[in-house]
Amino acid sequence: MLDGKPPTERIPILKMGEFLLVTIQVEMHDRLVMTLQDELTQQIVRHRARGVLIDISALEIVDSFIGRALGNIANMARVLDAETVVVGMRPPVAITLVELGLNLEGVRTALNAEKGMALIRQRLAGTEPGRLDARGS
Amino acid sequence: MPAVREETLGVHSDEDVVRVRQVTRQWALDLGFSLVDQTKVVTAASELARNTLIHGGGGAGRLEELHEGPRRGIRLTFEDKGPGIPDVAQAIRDGYTTGSGLGLGLGGARRLSNEFEIASSPGQGTRVTITRWK
Repeated sequence: MLDGKPPTERIPILKMGEFLLVTIQVEMHDRLVMTLQDELTQQIVRHRARGVLIDISALEIVDSFIGRALGNIANMARVLDAETVVVGMRPPVAITLVELGLNLEGVRTALNAEKGMALIRQRLAGTEPGRLDARGS
Repeated sequence: MPAVREETLGVHSDEDVVRVRQVTRQWALDLGFSLVDQTKVVTAASELARNTLIHGGGGAGRLEELHEGPRRGIRLTFEDKGPGIPDVAQAIRDGYTTGSGLGLGLGGARRLSNEFEIASSPGQGTRVTITRWK
């Protein structure tokens, strides 16, 4: 580094149409979690994103701090009119979360990215004006 | 119970908390813990290391390998010289928090462990010990 500062660590956020995709592939220390939370909310607004997909399949643990951040992201995204889905949670992580006492309230989950994307599309379709009465009465 | 081996790690930064997780994971792996048990003990270690950092102002974590007959276990001790906890019973209860967390740290770590011990007094610091058997 020319300026002698350590590189800013960050988790890449990819824009794909009206979706933002985040794949967490590094060990999440707390500062990194907070950075992700800040950047995601900024990017939702900047790109007018309607959906956020967070892939945590590489995460070996989700402790209360990371779990809380996922909940915060989902809630903030909702306020900004975007749907969040967390995908790919490993089974031992799910078991541990429940025992820890964390129920990830307000966080939608799906088994994998494909199912997660389908869930977001479905939710968005359901909230489109004019689609609510699509089934007729 | 005497430890077969032990290692002490400083807990003074976010990166140190990550290091505690990594070393705990390696030990659990070495001892043949199942994937679920590895995940539980690493998660408990992460909660306690964060408590040491945030509430205790930093400190140390000690890992010990225990043998009791054929049983193998890991004992983790986190110690700080911070302000201490005035009401330990209250601190263990879920939802109790003085920081920005969910208040699941101590109670959660206890649920993820087989044995749990806490010693704390105001102004003296806090020591939390957990053991997870294979």
